[in-house]
Amino acid sequence: MIPLFGVQNLNKSFGGLAVTNNVSLSLAAGDRLALIGPNGAGKTTFVNLVTGNLLPNSGTVRLAGQDVTRRNAMERVRLGLVRSFQVTRLFYGMTPEEHLALAVLQREGKSGRMVGRYQAMPEVMDEVRDILDLLGLLELSHLKVREIAYGQQRLLEIALALALRPKVLLLDEPAAGVPQSETARIEQALDKLPPDLAVLMIEHDMDLVFRFAKRVIVLAAGTVIFDGSPQDVTKDARVREAYLGSYANVGSAA
Amino acid sequence: MAASTTQTLAAGAPARRNITGSLIGIAAIIVIGIIGYYLFPNNLALLTRIIATALLVLSIDLVTGYCGVATLGHAALFGAGAYAAGIASAHYGISDPLLMTLVGALAGAVAGLVSGLIILRAHGLPQLVLSIAVIHLFHEAANKASSWTGGSDGLSGIAPTALLGLFEFDLWGRTAYIYGLALLLIVFVLLQLLVRSPFGMLARGVREDPLRISAMGASVQSVLLRMYVISGVVAGIGGALSAMSTQVVGLDSLSFTLSAESLVMLVLGGTGSLYGALVGTVSFMWFEDVVSAANPFHWLTMVGALLIAVVLFAPRGLYGTAAALVQRLKGGRA
Ligand SMILES: Nc1ncnc2c1ncn2[C@@H]1O[C@H](COP(=O)(O)OP(=O)(O)OP(=O)(O)O)[C@@H](O)[C@H]1O
Ligand SMILES: [Mg+2]
Repeated sequence: MIPLFGVQNLNKSFGGLAVTNNVSLSLAAGDRLALIGPNGAGKTTFVNLVTGNLLPNSGTVRLAGQDVTRRNAMERVRLGLVRSFQVTRLFYGMTPEEHLALAVLQREGKSGRMVGRYQAMPEVMDEVRDILDLLGLLELSHLKVREIAYGQQRLLEIALALALRPKVLLLDEPAAGVPQSETARIEQALDKLPPDLAVLMIEHDMDLVFRFAKRVIVLAAGTVIFDGSPQDVTKDARVREAYLGSYANVGSAA
Repeated sequence: MAASTTQTLAAGAPARRNITGSLIGIAAIIVIGIIGYYLFPNNLALLTRIIATALLVLSIDLVTGYCGVATLGHAALFGAGAYAAGIASAHYGISDPLLMTLVGALAGAVAGLVSGLIILRAHGLPQLVLSIAVIHLFHEAANKASSWTGGSDGLSGIAPTALLGLFEFDLWGRTAYIYGLALLLIVFVLLQLLVRSPFGMLARGVREDPLRISAMGASVQSVLLRMYVISGVVAGIGGALSAMSTQVVGLDSLSFTLSAESLVMLVLGGTGSLYGALVGTVSFMWFEDVVSAANPFHWLTMVGALLIAVVLFAPRGLYGTAAALVQRLKGGRA
């Protein structure tokens, strides 16, 4: 069976520094994969390569049976490959409702319309409200994003990705910067992701990783050093070494 | 709890507030237009020039205020409209005001497309430099093609016929003024629709974070280029109006100075709002007129001082700051 999403022998170096070393992985519909590794391991770079925000030195990226290595970032999004950002990237002067409306309009090919307003398009508004409701953001729908708490901005990042109805979703540390007391809400949001969506999540919080992922890949200095079940990852000697010590450090890195 | 209830209740209001806002804006333009007509009957030429410039400043607002592209070459779009409308009349006998306006709009659109294709290749400072290069190229082209444009003598022989076959372009400039006011109103209403449309929202997204826009699958370049063309139509109409009302077109309509001054007007009024563009144009040109009459030697100093004051004390511009104040007062009461 051809996997939904596959990366073969991806390589990238910045100057002399190899940040991605022959990384290969594939995802099928419904997969829940966690990509972990110490700071600077090359996790975000991997996402950037896969989404087309960076060009790899070599290797291929395939999506739904097509080679997309030479496709630009927006074409990949249109083919169903969507990401979130480690540091929130939102439109700070716009409201959550506008964010989601824009995403829905864009997905439907209506974002170029020069007359009419999304508020008057019931099919758009219904979907926007459903997603806001799903993530518990309905009450904030008319506030400017810069006025809402960071944890809620993180939720909006996830909402925005969902509104694009991806086939493959890459989440770069969805709980980064969120106070411990609020990570539960992020986790609830992750639980609500469509079951057939293939998800790759980068995360430092090992508790979250254990609850979410059925498979874990560990990246260290750009190289995959572990690919297996969450149960085995903490026992692996190379993983322990990569994190300079014990799993206790892995946990506290969050 | 109470706060969140008010927010939810207010949810339905923005739509209605938008429409009321537009109506107030339209009414304001008409009323101010009429007041201007009766208050300065001997100065209608100046008022028409303000309207033509306002169209240019609105056009800059579309790319700078709404999309975040800073440009010092936008008079290229205005000048293209002015020369095209002027040449149509002087060389081809196309002198119907509506047709001349159309020719100006088309030429503006083409100039917008051309300068957009050049300017949008770069970002940041190099982009600004490219925009300066563009206006100089346009200026030089118009200067060299003197058999068409009259070169540095300017293009004369522009003779628009009666508007709708009824209203001659009179010596006092009444027809030109009223036609200009009508054009401004139509453009303003259409732009209000545009900036509230999905495309307008997309453009604001591009200004705030282009990377996020492409992560949503939209093409930043295509948004910017489309906006450049629309902006060209608006500036081109302004240029055509200027050609019809003054009946000459000079190289100054295609100059770096006009580009820079109109950007200053936009910043003075406040970027990213159509009202800001109008307020900025009217206040700058009015101030310039008054101060240059009162003190012909130091008026530029005064204009400079005004600008510094606005940038330091009202960084969102005159309209932007006033709007924020009103917002805060309203918020305080609720
Ligand atoms: N554009 C760039 N130019 C040069 N070096 C870069 C660039 N982007 C990333 N790097 C380097 O590549 C390495 C991997 O960075 P990356 O952001 O992918 O790490 P990461 O695994 O996501 O780390 P973190 O857990 O801190 O987010 C780092 O050493 C970083 O300094
Ligand atoms: Mg990272």
